[in-house]
Amino acid sequence: MMVATKDMPLKEYVLKGNAACAGCQDMVALRHAHKALEGDVIQVVPACCTSVVQSLWPKSGLAIPVLNTAFPAAAATASGVRAALKAKGNDHTMVMVWAGDGGTFDIGLQALSGALERRTDFLYICYNNQVYSNTGTQRSSATPLHAKTTTTWFGKAETEKMLDLIVAAHEPVYQFTANTSYPRDFYDKIMKAKEHPGPKFGHIFLPCPQAWNYPVEKGVEIGKLAVETGYWIQWERIGEEFILGRQSKRFLDPEKRKPIDEYLKMQGRFSHLYKPTRDDKKIAEIEAFIQHRWDVVMRTFT
Amino acid sequence: MKTELMSANYAAARSAVSARVEVVAAYPITPATTVPEQIALLNEKGIFKGQFIRVESEHSAMFACIGASSTGARAFTATSSNGLLLMDEGLHWASAARLPIVINNVNRSVSPSWNIHVSHDDAYSKRDTGWIQFYVASVDELYHTIIQSYKLAEDERVLMPVMVNSDGFVLSHTLSTFDYLEPEEVDKFLPPYSPPHWVMDPKNPVSHGNIVFPESYQEFRYMMHEGTHNAAKVYEEVEKDYKKLFGKYFGGPIDCYMCDDAEVVFTSQGSMGAEAKDAITELREEGYKVGNARMRMIRPFPAKEIKELGSRVKAFASFDRGLSYGFGGPVANDIRSTLYHSKHRPIIKSYIGGLGGRDMTVSDIKEVILDTVKAVESGELGPEETWHDLMEW
Repeated sequence: MMVATKDMPLKEYVLKGNAACAGCQDMVALRHAHKALEGDVIQVVPACCTSVVQSLWPKSGLAIPVLNTAFPAAAATASGVRAALKAKGNDHTMVMVWAGDGGTFDIGLQALSGALERRTDFLYICYNNQVYSNTGTQRSSATPLHAKTTTTWFGKAETEKMLDLIVAAHEPVYQFTANTSYPRDFYDKIMKAKEHPGPKFGHIFLPCPQAWNYPVEKGVEIGKLAVETGYWIQWERIGEEFILGRQSKRFLDPEKRKPIDEYLKMQGRFSHLYKPTRDDKKIAEIEAFIQHRWDVVMRTFT
Repeated sequence: MKTELMSANYAAARSAVSARVEVVAAYPITPATTVPEQIALLNEKGIFKGQFIRVESEHSAMFACIGASSTGARAFTATSSNGLLLMDEGLHWASAARLPIVINNVNRSVSPSWNIHVSHDDAYSKRDTGWIQFYVASVDELYHTIIQSYKLAEDERVLMPVMVNSDGFVLSHTLSTFDYLEPEEVDKFLPPYSPPHWVMDPKNPVSHGNIVFPESYQEFRYMMHEGTHNAAKVYEEVEKDYKKLFGKYFGGPIDCYMCDDAEVVFTSQGSMGAEAKDAITELREEGYKVGNARMRMIRPFPAKEIKELGSRVKAFASFDRGLSYGFGGPVANDIRSTLYHSKHRPIIKSYIGGLGGRDMTVSDIKEVILDTVKAVESGELGPEETWHDLMEW
């Protein structure tokens, strides 16, 4: 039974006047995560969009303790926070990393692996907008095939890293994917994370109007299309138990998926795939990757 | 207080325990490895009651310490050489965040080529990170300096992290007796850490490390500079208290031996300073008016003490076990710049050697000192920089 919007706490932890861009989906994610955590949290933030938008000294845009840290060091810093809490006998405060895809897939991967392997009791959230957006839209290993960035001007030549499989190999107690277009689902997953002591990992699909080049009001629509075209898969894994998300279930069948063009056409980063004419070959490659990801996920987890 | 027999590394681990460190995060690297090994053992035996994080890199070791200290815990780590270099980002972070972390850096040469023996290049390359730097000459001094370092680092007037350097193998793996203090004894000197500036606490949420614009950034840096400067004065108080409580004193930022009427003073960092004492004793017997100034602290630089010493000696023979490529001996050049702005300018000769663990014996040190004595006697300055025991290839 999914939480009703009216049952979420009214208190806001994402404060007014923060420095986020118009249409920023990161704020949607933060807002719902913190409503679920209700303030008993220490949030560790490596270099990423959130380190910029949450706080311009001497003010704070979030009503929770925030420890900014270096780009590669989020999970290590969180390990230290957890150890200190443990040393002081605090076993209730959630230690949550809030990191972008660059700080997770790339430069922070080693520290993440270390913290997971040490069974650190924390929740690592990777909000994935598929690009180094804070530095101005450079490719990351989470950038999808054929997306334009400022370091892949004619489209990225490689498919994205399937980080969830790397994380799953560390056997976290709870792992999930989420999507800012389904905030109630995300809220529920954070609530569930609170119930599982040990390493937890959440991977959030997070459209970015700046980097993906779409009108600011289209974020939710794009997020939903990502699921409906089968591009993004909503799932959870509690220990060994795999649950295909109810939003994604029917898109297991490729026949039921919306055409990928609906998703790609809305985003400037893929505009070259339609100019002057539809690039059938490259779009077929994207579709092939989508099916490949479904196959790998289902084969690995079920 | 009781006498124990241990290597410097084991003593360092014991020091952290007696100082009631709450979180240790460390990654093995020769010759520092036996510090975390010993911490692990003490932890598993229940003697070290804090948390030991067996991190996957030195970068993570420093940032785990940063996370712990930010949450109000007393934090400790140990490393060497390339490990310290990998921590670099964290070293800058810790000092700018004003976190009183203490590290035992077991000095080792930097690669390539692989060499596990002592040079001071690892620590020298971190002089500008904001960390207070000590160099010790004995197991006993290492043990007590680590305890003192927490008192110094956690002082509200300082709030800067401290690096205690000990020479690889010469100290790290050499057993020696030292005066051990139980945690209950150290309690009289060192109260529990209570952050006076900021801390991660859900009951009082603050953001730390936010964006600071050019309008304010410089002021934070000035405050770091002030904090490090204050460490000189605060350390005097720390040593005074320590002496009163435990009867232990290591000589302030510069441990002077026979300097009072000396015409030539030998300076060095680390264990060589202990050898130098013997060299001075022998040279005194031979009729030379020489003294030994063992540099215990190089950041903050003990400018006051160097100026005082510089006002009454004819020359310094300053030895560096490491260098700034293209300029020379780091401490020798610090002494030079300190004394340039003074009325009396003694000769300051810079010597470089003992790199990669090459032995510096009493006779080596005597040779260096006599070279400076010759400059004083002849009135010929000679070279600005001399490499000691440099083979011709």
